[in-house]
Amino acid sequence: MIHVIAFYLFAILVVSSGALTILSRNPVHSVLWLILAFFNAAGLMILLGAEFIAMLLVIVYVGAVAVLFLFVVMMLDIDFAELRAGFVDYLPFGLLIALVLLAEIILGIGLWSAGPIELAQRAAPANPELSNIQAIGGLLYTRYIFLFEAAGIVLLVAMIGAIVLTHRARGGVKGQNVAKQNRRRPQDATRNINQPVGQGVEL
Amino acid sequence: MIGLQHYMVVSAILFVMGVLGIFINRKNVIIILMAIELILLSVNINLVAFSAFLGDLVGQVFSMFVLTVAAGEAAIGLAILVIYFRGRGTIAVDDVNRMKG
Repeated sequence: MIHVIAFYLFAILVVSSGALTILSRNPVHSVLWLILAFFNAAGLMILLGAEFIAMLLVIVYVGAVAVLFLFVVMMLDIDFAELRAGFVDYLPFGLLIALVLLAEIILGIGLWSAGPIELAQRAAPANPELSNIQAIGGLLYTRYIFLFEAAGIVLLVAMIGAIVLTHRARGGVKGQNVAKQNRRRPQDATRNINQPVGQGVEL
Repeated sequence: MIGLQHYMVVSAILFVMGVLGIFINRKNVIIILMAIELILLSVNINLVAFSAFLGDLVGQVFSMFVLTVAAGEAAIGLAILVIYFRGRGTIAVDDVNRMKG
């Protein structure tokens, strides 16, 4: 019973916060609704018994992606009222497409439940003795190690790409010239003079 | 009892919400990126639901990969957005034609 109540709570919250993400007037509110949607999706995944993915969702999406969105929304000085200009014009067409898509997907789900797919064998059967994190770790570091490393490479490429795209060489910045510093010798930089008493030093 | 269909319906509604978000916020690329995140989230819910109900862990491993790609996509998308804003002073993307020769 508690499972059913929790499912409906998380489901309703995830759907309504998803709707508010795309409908709210202020993009900062959109990001905050998106964070709520991520939290509730993590709740749904906990109900499914996928604790690792749920925690990953909270850490990666809420901790990294949503904060990135928040930074960009707040840093750029954007006139959001102008960007909402075509909202009402696009709404009927968008709703039409969305309804058609939803009807098709629900139809597909109905057909699927009419004749469920029976798998002859599982690729990686879940072991009920192991916890979710142990089981995923065992898979990820053995059979799917290349997938794991490919994920790492995707993140590396994304990081380098973001740095290369946003980095710019700015004029008028005093930087360190290492070659010039290394070429400098003591005899060029200092000199000995016999300074007469009572006169100013000439530099 | 809550079955696989319930999760699939939630995922489908979230997916459609993401598509609708792309349609109605056609000018505001930040909301479009958020809508794409919603779509990827719904895909993740679907993958994890199937993984749990079929007793097969590969769905969760693949869901982790989808999560990684989503994070990379958000980073690159926002980087492109920042340089676009630097060049144009606006992020209205409904008529982007800078790449036209």
